[in-house]
Amino acid sequence: MSMVFAPQLAEAAPTSHAGASWSPYDNNGGTCVAIAGGDYCVIAADTRMSTGFSILTRDHSKIHQITEKCVLASSGFQADIRALQKNLDARHQIYQHQHSKQMSCPAMAQLLSNTLYYKRFFPYYAFNVLGGLDTEGKGCVYTYDAVGSYERSGYSSQGSGQTLIMPVLDNQLKSASPLVLPPRESSTPLTESEAVDLIKDTFASAAERDIYTGDGVEIVIINKNGIRRETMPLKRD
Amino acid sequence: MLDFSALEPPTLHSLPSSVEPHLFAAPSFQLPAVADLDGFQKAAVQMVKPAKGTTTLAFVFKHGVIVAADSRASMGNYISSQSVKKILEINPYLLGTMAGGAADCQFWQRNLGTRCRLHELANKRRISVTGASKLLANTLYSYRGMGLSMGTMIAGWDETGPGLYYVDSEGGRVKGTRFSVGSGSTYAYGVLDTGFNWDMSIDEAVELARRAIYHATFRDGASGGVVSVYYVGPAGWKKMSGDDVGELHYSYYPVQEAPAEAEMGEA
Repeated sequence: MSMVFAPQLAEAAPTSHAGASWSPYDNNGGTCVAIAGGDYCVIAADTRMSTGFSILTRDHSKIHQITEKCVLASSGFQADIRALQKNLDARHQIYQHQHSKQMSCPAMAQLLSNTLYYKRFFPYYAFNVLGGLDTEGKGCVYTYDAVGSYERSGYSSQGSGQTLIMPVLDNQLKSASPLVLPPRESSTPLTESEAVDLIKDTFASAAERDIYTGDGVEIVIINKNGIRRETMPLKRD
Repeated sequence: MLDFSALEPPTLHSLPSSVEPHLFAAPSFQLPAVADLDGFQKAAVQMVKPAKGTTTLAFVFKHGVIVAADSRASMGNYISSQSVKKILEINPYLLGTMAGGAADCQFWQRNLGTRCRLHELANKRRISVTGASKLLANTLYSYRGMGLSMGTMIAGWDETGPGLYYVDSEGGRVKGTRFSVGSGSTYAYGVLDTGFNWDMSIDEAVELARRAIYHATFRDGASGGVVSVYYVGPAGWKKMSGDDVGELHYSYYPVQEAPAEAEMGEA
């Protein structure tokens, strides 16, 4: 039996003359962050959607709940992101029909990786962070590149403000690498409310120095009691 | 009135081109005869950029195979992760290493694990290292020229003993006993080749691999994080160590305390 893996090929681009040619992609900017704790997961994203130097809307959600315990935050090209979200929703529905239960967060993480890789030669322009609770109820965060390579970690940020926020999270949250032997405790030391406060501080700082981050931040908190949302306004300049 | 008699007559100075013509001609560079010169140059720059920012190595010795790697992932100048698993566990007796595109390596090595399992079910025996590496190489060859980027080593233990192959996204596949792949590979080879001894014990081999990767992370900016070392023997693979390179540095090169200066007495 031969298994055929045939990722889609990109459409041939029109030959370029001097000057910009048509591109299938646009970057709508924005930043996403997620932090995993012992029994919670916090996922946040700003609500600004831009194109070039213009703001399209101040009120666009980059966060999408796929399962009861699993939430996807994506920055990049929002049209590709919407298509990706719909694709995952459809696949999750099929899974529920076939297995009479919801997908676990680690299973969804692998599904997302494969979905991204199947468009290896015409990628989804999406920089994703997946957050939720694993099968044991512990917080988990999965971080992706545009073509599907993924890794579970304690915290992550993606998007235009990534390089501004990640060092702050490293400073506050960095713990022993999961690759170290003998294994060392590597869970986030913060409580849920401390994590939410840290997220608010990092977004406020990122909005100061990144033109594509601002207007507002939407924060989603998942714990054993369910899912709760908070919003906080950011600078609109 | 100034006396100019001792000076040279005021003439227009001309280049003594008759004496040494090649010294005074404008420099000329050979150019490739391509239609899109700009595109060609961009591709050329890509070629000389440090390829596959990582350091991985594997070698065969008396007792089996050692596989080691760093854990840094970089996107241009940005370190996107310090905890990437670059040694992929295809099955309990086969390991693959990751260098190049992380997604390409993760996806195709997971795919290889699936195909190896199907082989076991179809043939009622484990696949050989030769067979597994050939499956991967054939797949990569069919995508040749499409931009996949992978430099991977397949290491394992089968009926014929230890096996080690290097497989890459150009479609190359080479059997060998010692490889290092990635931007830090030259540094790792230096340490590895100097310290190698076929009759080493397992612990000595693990320490040699650890040092080789550590020295590569020291000198190569695109390598760093945690050094992972695996041993593959008759019973399959076993992870032998995982050490943060920052901590390894100070254990190999402890800080020398400066001798305290003699206290000055009160005047």
